[in-house]
Amino acid sequence: MEVRTEPFVLNLGPHHPSTHGVFRMRVTFDGEVVTDVEPMFGYLHRGIEKLAEGRTYTQIIPLTDRLDYLAAMSNNWGYVMAVEKLAGVPVPERAEYLRVICGELMRIASHALATGFLINELGAFFTPLMYMYREREKILDLFDMLCGQRLTYNYMRIGGVSHDAPPEFFPAVKQFVREMPSYIDEYEGLITTNEIVLSRTKGVGVLPRNLAINASASGPFLRASGVQWDLRRKDPYSIYDRFKFDIPTGQNGDVYDRYWVRINEMRQSVRILEQALADIPKGDHRSRVPHLLRPPVGEVYGHIEAPRGELGYYLVSDNSIAPYRFHVRPATMINLTTLRELAVGWKLADLIVIFGSIDVVLGEIDR
Amino acid sequence: MPKQSKLRFNKFGSGILKGMSVTMKNLLGRAITTSYPEHKLVVSKRFRGNDFVWYPDKCTGCATCAKSCPQGNVKVVTKRGEENAYDVETFEIDTGRCTFCGLCVESCPYDALCLGREYELAQYRRGGLVLSKKDLLESEARQPSGYFRPKIEKKLPKQTLLLERAGRKKSKNGSSA
Ligand code: SF4
Ligand code: SF4
Repeated sequence: MEVRTEPFVLNLGPHHPSTHGVFRMRVTFDGEVVTDVEPMFGYLHRGIEKLAEGRTYTQIIPLTDRLDYLAAMSNNWGYVMAVEKLAGVPVPERAEYLRVICGELMRIASHALATGFLINELGAFFTPLMYMYREREKILDLFDMLCGQRLTYNYMRIGGVSHDAPPEFFPAVKQFVREMPSYIDEYEGLITTNEIVLSRTKGVGVLPRNLAINASASGPFLRASGVQWDLRRKDPYSIYDRFKFDIPTGQNGDVYDRYWVRINEMRQSVRILEQALADIPKGDHRSRVPHLLRPPVGEVYGHIEAPRGELGYYLVSDNSIAPYRFHVRPATMINLTTLRELAVGWKLADLIVIFGSIDVVLGEIDR
Repeated sequence: MPKQSKLRFNKFGSGILKGMSVTMKNLLGRAITTSYPEHKLVVSKRFRGNDFVWYPDKCTGCATCAKSCPQGNVKVVTKRGEENAYDVETFEIDTGRCTFCGLCVESCPYDALCLGREYELAQYRRGGLVLSKKDLLESEARQPSGYFRPKIEKKLPKQTLLLERAGRKKSKNGSSA
């Protein structure tokens, strides 16, 4: 005899430690099995896009820090790059190198956290995460040295960066780059061959290659499904065409592959950092830009490969000191649209792991 | 049909043992954390602390800082003084609304406004967060930070780096600085 159960609706979040901020999922269960997921966001909406329309181009930079707050440097970078494209502002060579160094350090910090949260989601509550926090903390120290803040950097400026690096910065980054591979080995020792991790993540939450492309997913989330797409290669911005690095891709597109891709991207970032530190030229760190910039009438879309995927800024200028329209293409919001396809059919505990593997940041999704 | 993840063990849980060895190694090592209120770390030279320092003798009342603040946080009221100069009547910063972006400090053409190095400035009332002229003066407890002030930056003590305190073997013979 078959036992029929009523579908059960559960509101997971918005205040739940595994929703990475304030995110609500309306999940329908059949017993313990997920039959439907409806993501609901907007709890962290601060109206950043609208706020930006009332600010000058320089004043928007601190706002972009508050989008993806785990990778604020990349957000700064994407925005100033879009404005530079719009206004035709040149960027000195040294500033480009400093930006690459910051961008890649940020990628390491962000991926380290994503890796740590994977084990967190698997039930090892916060203790193993502290290993990853340790390296992130070192990177935040370095950023603190550059610009005086640990999270909201406001470091990039239109036409360069706000400060040149202090003399003690480069030796410290070199030391970090030297040590980082051994720390990545340590993470791998904790996770890569751990049977519990393997059995909970292999084959779980598979994102098929076609769906990944159709959903216009990006970043490690897309690459785990076997698509070799990285804006640093496919549309080289800044000076990325000068560096040698590989684009790690997964095969199955499951949670484990996403973890694996992130670990390997950290190794590639270390490689880029080594090259950037070896070649960084002397010179200016900022070109002269009028205080109240008035870009010519027009529109622009600037995008970079942020740690979580393609981060785009769309700006419309009407030749005034503030943009007429400011729009952000957040990588994780678009990746999150695949959540239902990934999670239906899995159990509640797997839903948490699948959701965590997308590596969302709500500041960016709700804006 | 519910999907099921399979538990797969290879060679008697060697993966878990490997993980435990990482834990053991770190358990026996030195602690890298600091117990905060008793021990404090030295903040960055460019630290953007929860504080401002203002020099009335340098300030001309031009209000560039107020114009460049994204939050409209800085209030400057001036009146005409002698010899065509301004007298600054009110100079107020509401740190409760401030995001410590530093744009005001960056834009001050006379180096009259600096960010501070303090960070323990909790208040019982919101009103206490509004800093007016006399709260902003430099004192023993209110030291300027080197953010956009390279002359001050040079004199400040070295920042504590976790990198140096929790480095791997090689860092004993000093970083290559
Ligand atoms: S730090 Fe930024 S938000 Fe605060 S008063 Fe200065 S410009 Fe305004
Ligand atoms: S602090 Fe600086 S920018 Fe502000 S009014 Fe005084 S001189 Fe002008």
